[in-house]
Amino acid sequence: MYTTELKDKDQKAAAVSLADEDPEKLAAFEARVAADDFIEPKDWMPEAYRKTLVRQISQHAHSEIVGMLPEGNWITRAPNLRRKAILLAKVQDEGGHGLYLYAAAETLGTSREEMIDALHSGKAKYSTIFNYPTLTWADIGAIGWLVDGAAIMNQVPLQRTSYGPYARAMVRICKEESFHQRQGYEIMSVLAAGTAEQKRMAQDALNRWWWPSLMMFGPPDDKSPNTAQSVRWRIKRETNDELRQRFVDVTVPQAEAIGLRVPDPALTWNDERGSYDFGAIDWEEFYAVVRGEGPVAKERTQARVKAWEDGAWVREAAVAHASKRALKMAAE
Amino acid sequence: MTNANWPLWEVFVRAKNGLSHKHAGSVHAADARMAIEAARDVYTRRMEGVSLWVVPSSAIVASDPKEAADLFEPAADKVYRHPTFYTIPEGVKNI
Repeated sequence: MYTTELKDKDQKAAAVSLADEDPEKLAAFEARVAADDFIEPKDWMPEAYRKTLVRQISQHAHSEIVGMLPEGNWITRAPNLRRKAILLAKVQDEGGHGLYLYAAAETLGTSREEMIDALHSGKAKYSTIFNYPTLTWADIGAIGWLVDGAAIMNQVPLQRTSYGPYARAMVRICKEESFHQRQGYEIMSVLAAGTAEQKRMAQDALNRWWWPSLMMFGPPDDKSPNTAQSVRWRIKRETNDELRQRFVDVTVPQAEAIGLRVPDPALTWNDERGSYDFGAIDWEEFYAVVRGEGPVAKERTQARVKAWEDGAWVREAAVAHASKRALKMAAE
Repeated sequence: MTNANWPLWEVFVRAKNGLSHKHAGSVHAADARMAIEAARDVYTRRMEGVSLWVVPSSAIVASDPKEAADLFEPAADKVYRHPTFYTIPEGVKNI
């Protein structure tokens, strides 16, 4: 799963601080990054680079963790044991991805607690896609195929992102992610080849998830002021619009192959560009979801906070046990 | 909410016997046993390993990137440490 880098309140502060950096160190840093060298935790880096990364990596981690909720919703109702085992494995992977990413962000000097607090208090953002509900089993297919498909599109270039720990986390994640997309596409293709009602269910899921999936790539390039800086620092390797176009180009034939129709009347093949032209995205909806007005935004945060609070006694017990054992060992 | 911050552990995975343990990432855990179990869940879900090491991150001493030149550049001009540096008469074998 993936998140686009969404703005929060710290962003302005990060943007102005470049002027305060030591120009010599900054130039050396920029030269290294431009030469595709990796930056490692103990290397010097501009404060704005550090802050942008903490924001992007932690948002990405939060998206993995919150992303477990819409799918977890269907584990007990998976149509058979095979699907249930697969979905369990996928949701467990998402938890693992969250952990790789939190650990990468922690190398930049933030703590797990701070990040989790920011998520639970609503200060931190996560991908808008998870604030849509999963109404039918076909939604699990659509999420794997489209949401994880969009994630892969975004994450593959991030394996070469300039910050070493982030790049390494992305390598692990990408390795695991392609099964996620395939199992989703398989669900969709089985439904699409089933009864009329099953096919209708698959089409309905595609209809509801198509546009939110395109929004996952973030605002259009001309409305994404940080893209240039992030591309220059190799935090991002490609722009939102480039990745979105590539996603449309590979996904439309996949829909056609299983007899489903992408819900966009403006969709046409453009021979000249060698790409699909597609209809306008409803950015008002996107910004509303970013603001926390997504259909199930409240439920998602509540579920996270409840899980955290209900698990408090386990965390406390583990610490009590560890300190008791440490005392005992010291006494021996 | 609890203030019980679990310490950080570095995880090393041996992919199979005959290979050394290699750094895979890190986990938070209250103690060593829990760190092993978390590492197993997080880093070996796809048969990536047959053995794990977990080391408290605080126990790792790292070299400073600022001293990288002092530490590692002296090796750069000692090409005679590599066998390809030497000229061997043509036709000589097994050396």
